[in-house]
Amino acid sequence: MDIRHPIPGNGGDWAVKFGEIWNSQISQVRDTFGAGIEDIKMPDTYPTDVPIVYVQRSKILEVLKYFKESVGFEYGFLADITATDESGSPRFEVAYQLFSHSRLCRIRIKVRVPEGEAIPSAVSLWKGADWAEREVFDMFGITFSGHPNLRRILMDERWVGHPLRKDYPIRGYQIFTDSQAVDPERLK
Amino acid sequence: MGKDGSVGYVTTRLDDFINWGRKNSIWPLPFGTSCCGIEMMASLAADYDMSRFGAEVIRFSPRQSDLLIVAGIINLKMAPVLKTVYDQMSDPKYVMSFGACASSGGIFNVYSVLQGIDTMIPVDIYIPGCPPAPEGVIHGLMRLQELIAQGQTHSQRRLAQLKQV
Repeated sequence: MDIRHPIPGNGGDWAVKFGEIWNSQISQVRDTFGAGIEDIKMPDTYPTDVPIVYVQRSKILEVLKYFKESVGFEYGFLADITATDESGSPRFEVAYQLFSHSRLCRIRIKVRVPEGEAIPSAVSLWKGADWAEREVFDMFGITFSGHPNLRRILMDERWVGHPLRKDYPIRGYQIFTDSQAVDPERLK
Repeated sequence: MGKDGSVGYVTTRLDDFINWGRKNSIWPLPFGTSCCGIEMMASLAADYDMSRFGAEVIRFSPRQSDLLIVAGIINLKMAPVLKTVYDQMSDPKYVMSFGACASSGGIFNVYSVLQGIDTMIPVDIYIPGCPPAPEGVIHGLMRLQELIAQGQTHSQRRLAQLKQV
């Protein structure tokens, strides 16, 4: 299914349709949260990107819950949580990629996080956020408060540092000749 | 036995005879971690048929195999596993480094990838390519057979040294 072309019986051009949906959603979110929404970037052309909503760190859980549960939004599917190291201030941006099964459209929510500070975990909203947040923690060292099991998921637990940070050396190998020891508590 | 039924003789050293047996009964353990693993399967399957060289039986247990084919990228987290598998194999054991990633890390010169399995275990034969074609694999296997016949693989040389001591 090519979303760039009009689909008969589905209200015409999807780009036009999504534009209307997004515009109404964004104005609604602005009205609801006011200063909680820092910035909104609309994409220049539809198929290349989706709108990016920058949210205050303290408001992130409320905004995610609003996007997930409000009528007319229904972004029930958390596709991924990723992060970027912007090397600026605040240092990190955490991005939530959402998809709405009822509207068939996507949106991206971003939070700016200073180094060493935590953001609330989204596990209470989506169980699938568990591993995604562990990966962000593993790669960037961003902590999620309220996460049930925040430990490394990809790298060895003896690893020092967080490899996707910009200041981590690209060839910073840490070779272990024996396998990672299993905590007997976790086998129970 | 001759055509007329008479019994012939072959004279050789015992070591050469044993090595002849070893080189024609290589049992590989496939350690395929990425796309090279697919090419390894192609080499083992009917078209190229590595069983022509005695490498007939694929063993998935390190206890029963004597050629470790490392086909694909080895991450740092996988490296201890590879070392364990190699340690579990019984002597004499041979290692084939299959493709660019296993031999040198390939294009993945980054924090998470082992830069060549020879930093962890001794390698007898390197096969270049990304991935290598089955012809290259068979060439590598025949070269390994030559090495085994000469007793020049790493584990054979180590065993010979132990015998002298």
